[in-house]
Amino acid sequence: MAKVNVKICMGTTCFVMGASQLQELVDIVNKRYGEDVVVVGSTCLNYCTDNSEYSKAPYVRVNDTVIQEATIDKVLQEIDRKLKEDGK
Amino acid sequence: MGNNNSQSIHLKKEILARIIEAFFSDNFEERTRLIPYDMRPKGADVPYRCCIYKERAILKERVKAGLGFALEDDIEYKLLSEYAKEAVKREKVDENPLTVLDAACAGCVPSRIYVTDLCKGCVARPCQAACKFGAIEMVDGKSKIDGSKCKSCKMCMNACPYNAIVKLAVPCEDACPVGAIQKDENGITRIDFEQCISCGKCVAACPFGAVHEKSQIIDILKYIKSGSKKVIAMVAPSIIGQLPGSIYQLKSAMKKAGFSEVFEVAQGADITTINEAKEFEERMENGAPFMTTSCCAGYNQFVKKHLPEIKEFRSTTGTPLYYIAEIVKKQYPDAITVFVSPCVAKRKESMENPNVDYVMTYEELGALFIAKRIEITECEEDKFETESSKQGRNFGVTSGVADAVKSVCKNPEEVKPYIISGLTKETAKDLKKFAKDKSCPGCNLVEVMCCEGGCIGGNATINIPRVAKKELKTLLDESKDLERKE
Repeated sequence: MAKVNVKICMGTTCFVMGASQLQELVDIVNKRYGEDVVVVGSTCLNYCTDNSEYSKAPYVRVNDTVIQEATIDKVLQEIDRKLKEDGK
Repeated sequence: MGNNNSQSIHLKKEILARIIEAFFSDNFEERTRLIPYDMRPKGADVPYRCCIYKERAILKERVKAGLGFALEDDIEYKLLSEYAKEAVKREKVDENPLTVLDAACAGCVPSRIYVTDLCKGCVARPCQAACKFGAIEMVDGKSKIDGSKCKSCKMCMNACPYNAIVKLAVPCEDACPVGAIQKDENGITRIDFEQCISCGKCVAACPFGAVHEKSQIIDILKYIKSGSKKVIAMVAPSIIGQLPGSIYQLKSAMKKAGFSEVFEVAQGADITTINEAKEFEERMENGAPFMTTSCCAGYNQFVKKHLPEIKEFRSTTGTPLYYIAEIVKKQYPDAITVFVSPCVAKRKESMENPNVDYVMTYEELGALFIAKRIEITECEEDKFETESSKQGRNFGVTSGVADAVKSVCKNPEEVKPYIISGLTKETAKDLKKFAKDKSCPGCNLVEVMCCEGGCIGGNATINIPRVAKKELKTLLDESKDLERKE
C-alpha cells in the first residue's frame, strides 16, 4: 500500500498551463521512492472551474494537500513532507 | 530553446485565455480594459515588479500584443477597450510578427566582458598577458577592462585561474542567430526587422518576457463568433503531444471550439516528402554536391535575408503547409484558413502565401480551450478524411524530414543526411561554409530546422519535447508507411 498518492490534474486547462511537463514525475518518483509513492494522471479535478482560477493552474493533489501552480520541485517537496509525517 | 514552464509564458497564456473569454462575452471592450485589474486587484501580491501600478502597466502592454498590436508605436494613454474595438475592425494583420515591450525589458547591461570582485590581483596576471588588445590595466590592485579597447574575445576569461572574469549576458542578443535584436543608444531593445528571421528565439530567451508575438486570435475568432465564414484549421505535425487526448479527440474539440473542419498538415508533408525525394534524385543525377530541405520557415527567412548564396542548393519543393493549404482552399474557396503552428516563423510564411489566412500558435489554441472550458479527453474521436503517414507525422522532429525523404528514395543508401537541429550563430557559420565551398563533406542532404529538436522545440509549444515524443511514438506505431507511387 502506497504511503503517498499523487494525482496530477491532466484536464485541458492544467495541461496547457504546465501539467504536460509534470508527466515526468511518474518516472522521477518511481526511481526515487519506489512503491511508497504512486503518481497518476487524472481527468479534470475541477479546481480550475470552481472559481475561474485558471491562473493558478496546474493543480496537483498530494494525499489531501492541493498544490497550486505546481512544478516538479514543489510536488517533490510535498511528497518528502508527507513521508516525514508518516515516519513519525 | 523552445518551451518551458517559466512564469512569463504562464502569464502569456493566462492573458490570452482572458482576452478570448472577454471576446466571447457580451462586453468585449470593457472586459478587456479590466484584464490588468482582474489579474492584479487592489491589495494583490506584486510578484514581479516594483509596485502594483507597474505590474498592471506591463500587463496592459501584454494585452495589447495579445490583441495583435505593435508596442513600438502604441499610444500610452489609449484605453485597452479602444484597442479591443480596433482589433475587431482590423482587416489586415501586421507584417512583422514580433514586438518588444519597453516597460517589461529590464534593460540588461550591455553585453561585455567584466572583471568581478573575485579578482585577486595576482602576480602572474594571465589576463593581461592573454589580451591581444591591451585592454586590461591594473586599478587599485585589480584588473580592469577598458571597454573602448575590449573586443569581447574572452581570452582573459579563459586565462583567469580564479574564474573571476565573466561575460555579462543579454539573453535575447545571445539567442538571436542573426544579430537582429539589439539595444539602441538609449539602452532600449529594438528588433531590426530587416535582419529578423522571425525564428522566435528571443521570445523564448528573455527572462522578463519582454519580446511578444502579435497574436492574430481576434482576427480568427471574429469569423468564428459571427459565423460569417467557415474557418478551417490545419494543424502542424508537431501538435501531437501538445494537448491532452488523441489527435482525433483534438479534432472534435477544435470543431467544438468553432472550427468547421480540421486537416493534418502531415497530409501536406506526405506530398513534400515525395516531391523532395524526386527533386533530390534529379539534383544528384545532375551532379549537385548537396541539397538542403525547405520546410522550415525560419530557415527560409534566413536564406532570404542572410545567405542567398545557398538558395541554389535549397530544395524548391513546397512546405507541407503549402500543399495542404492548396488542397483546403480548392475544396473550400470561401473559407478562412488557419495554420495551427508551433512557432512564430510560420506567421511570416503564411503572409507570403495567399492560401493561408491566419496563424494560431499551440499556446493560443490551448488558451482557446481554457476560455471555452473544453475538455479534450471528453470529446469523441473524429478521424481525418485522409489519414497521414508515419513519415509525415514525424516531420516535426529533428531528422524527421531527412528520414522521410530517404525512406521513399529509390536508393536510400545513397542519401547521406547532415542534420542541423537548431539554427544558432555556430550552425549558421556551417551553412555559410557549405554555400561558399559548394560542398557538405560526406553528406548530400542537409536538413535544417531552426529550433533545437525540430518543430517540437518551437517557441510556441506547450509540452517539453521529451514528453511530447512519447505521445508521438504511440501514434506513429499505428500509422502506415508512406508509399511512393510512380
